[in-house]
Amino acid sequence: MNEHMSSASPSSADFGKDKSSFDTKAIWRTFWILLGITVFELIIAIIYYETHFFPKHILNGVFVIMTLAKAFFIVAEFMHLGHEIKNLVMTIAIPACLFIWFLIAFMWDGSSYHELRMRYDKYQYEQSKTKVKPVEHKEEGKKQGVE
Amino acid sequence: MAHTVPVGQKWWSGGRSPFNVEYGKLMMWYFLMSDAFTFGAFLISYGTIRFSSSSWPNPNEVFRSFPVIGEMSVPLAFVSLMTFILIMSSVTMVMAVGAGQAQDKKAVIKWMFLTILGGLAFLGCQAWEWTHLHSEGAWWGRNPFMNIDGTQSSTNFTNFFFTITGFHGFHVFSGVIINIIMLIKTWRGDFERTGHYLMIEKAGLYWHFVDLVWVFVFTCFYLL
Repeated sequence: MNEHMSSASPSSADFGKDKSSFDTKAIWRTFWILLGITVFELIIAIIYYETHFFPKHILNGVFVIMTLAKAFFIVAEFMHLGHEIKNLVMTIAIPACLFIWFLIAFMWDGSSYHELRMRYDKYQYEQSKTKVKPVEHKEEGKKQGVE
Repeated sequence: MAHTVPVGQKWWSGGRSPFNVEYGKLMMWYFLMSDAFTFGAFLISYGTIRFSSSSWPNPNEVFRSFPVIGEMSVPLAFVSLMTFILIMSSVTMVMAVGAGQAQDKKAVIKWMFLTILGGLAFLGCQAWEWTHLHSEGAWWGRNPFMNIDGTQSSTNFTNFFFTITGFHGFHVFSGVIINIIMLIKTWRGDFERTGHYLMIEKAGLYWHFVDLVWVFVFTCFYLL
């Protein structure tokens, strides 16, 4: 070991004293973005519930995009990953891409199960067409004295 | 955005940390990675079952209660409050990390304390929600809510709801315990003696991850 090596070798104390990278303003900006997106999601969810104004699957697409946006801001700003070295970012981002396959494969499977059930399972098919009487679950809670 | 490695700099020839983060922090990232896949597997199995069902209960009907106001129907209001509490506690956690980097012990104690309060408030809200749903007859294996199209629902809805929010709640609980330990260590001056507050940063990463998972749980159970 030469002198240069030992002086350059990292110890815990070298990290975590980096005042320059901490930006309070950026944190609050992230907070307002997250809050804004959540409030917007709620507003359109409630508008849909009251009026059924737009098709549900378009709405779901909007929710998924907004969720991914929120996830990005939490990981990049709160967890500080956006300010780390690119190599580190990639060791997190590349494995996370497995989720793309994971989602497509399993959602595809789910809708395939559904199709098969509706075609070959008479009981399931009839159940999916039979309306049931609404249950008054509020009353039960009152009798037990729990609210 | 991310830093790129300067040209000509030998990051992999030893003598420096190639990722420019402390070992423990890097390992926390990889732990969170594995935890993300655990949660991912739960949520994706929920998605598969939901795709295979012809209908599903309406979250606006199921989650429409709020403490104190009784029978009044306020769809999603309570869960929005829970979301707000968790985002807020994430902000106080970042502030604790910032205070740690500035070696400001008093500020670290203050922000960690607020973060713990936020975590406890979230757990309290979840306890109320579970109790309320239980009083309506919902539990593992019991589902009193019918499907949105008026057909008979299965117990898949409640099974997944209680399992996944329960698993998330357990993460919040362990996060609160970790934060309490960090608060005690800060208060005793352990980090002052070692000269850095990196443990606060690692606890912070875990805490933000809990917030991150909630974002997905919120979308999957309450919005979709």
